[in-house]
Amino acid sequence: MELVALLISAILIKNFVLHYFLGICPFLGVSKKLDSALSMGLAVTFVMTITAVVSWLINHLILIPYSLDYLQIVSFILVIASLVQLVEMFIRKISPPLYQALGIYLPLITTNCAIMGLALLAALKNYSFIESVVFGAGSGIGFTLAIIIMAGIREQLNLADVPEPLKGAGISLIVAGIMALAFFGFSGMIK
Amino acid sequence: MPTRTIGQEFIKGLWQENPIFRQLLGMCPTLAVTNAMINGLAMGLATSFVLIFSSLVVSSIKRLIPRQVRIACYIVIIASFVTIADRFLAAFFPPLSKSLGPYVPLIVVNCIILGRQEAFSSKNTIGRSLFDAFGMSVGFIIALLILSATREILGSGTFFGYQVMGAWFKPWIIMILPPGAFIALGFLIGLALLIEHKTKRGR
Repeated sequence: MELVALLISAILIKNFVLHYFLGICPFLGVSKKLDSALSMGLAVTFVMTITAVVSWLINHLILIPYSLDYLQIVSFILVIASLVQLVEMFIRKISPPLYQALGIYLPLITTNCAIMGLALLAALKNYSFIESVVFGAGSGIGFTLAIIIMAGIREQLNLADVPEPLKGAGISLIVAGIMALAFFGFSGMIK
Repeated sequence: MPTRTIGQEFIKGLWQENPIFRQLLGMCPTLAVTNAMINGLAMGLATSFVLIFSSLVVSSIKRLIPRQVRIACYIVIIASFVTIADRFLAAFFPPLSKSLGPYVPLIVVNCIILGRQEAFSSKNTIGRSLFDAFGMSVGFIIALLILSATREILGSGTFFGYQVMGAWFKPWIIMILPPGAFIALGFLIGLALLIEHKTKRGR
């Protein structure tokens, strides 16, 4: 039951984009079209879940037993960078169509602060192994949800008459703000 | 780029290539920690420390780094300085470090820093890179202060913790919550573009 609560909270309430402000760059950069937003969301969810597993293992099997936790930042970033590379090679080998679909979004994930943020937050909150995995998957789904809604709105926004200076980043951020307001309504769901 | 003087390398970070308002880099910490001015200032200073020292190191050892693994090298250099900043804050300013939370370690993935190493320090002399890093840092701090001042004055009626609005003022709680960050930054970027258009037309 607690795991379900954690999952829902990661998707809707503590949404990575709208509550923690993580992964804003891809959120603004790749949300112009619905299908590329979906690919980006899937890629992020995939990498996030694996990162949750690997970073938990490193943190609890290597860093904490040898009291090396001040090396967290360096080791997490290196692990994420090499992990993304590995996942990319793996997908290219076993599923070329999926590789085609994810395209350039996969390497870009390395510099996505959402992934690093996930590893750090899970370590900060002292989640157990299962909790970390649920948290990782939930955060990924939450990111996908946010970026898809954003892409849907932006496709419609092309037809709207936006004041010249607000075009592009300005109006996207304001839309994101209104979305964050809407998501705020979920915060009463779990105490 | 050597056509620019050292002074111009510094100035360009303030407005022309301001990391937040013009280049839209480093959005995550910008939005997350600007609910109070003190947090914005601390974040700006920590990021500047990392940016300036990373630029110094990268520009001095740029000939030793093989091209293929340069990004990994930059990341390790940046991560080392971020660790120093993080430990320093945790040791000397525990409450501040607590309120900034995971966003100090997250400086490591701030695109401003990696972006400057890749675009500038890896190609320019030490002095030039330092001035570039200083300019970008000052531009970043100014942008953070403008955004956090807007949010703090409207959201809590205070300026650096001092009451500035009269008793008649009812704080807009929304401004210190996440949605306010997006909306305030959206309008500020719009304003920056408007000023840019106006000055261009004037010339």
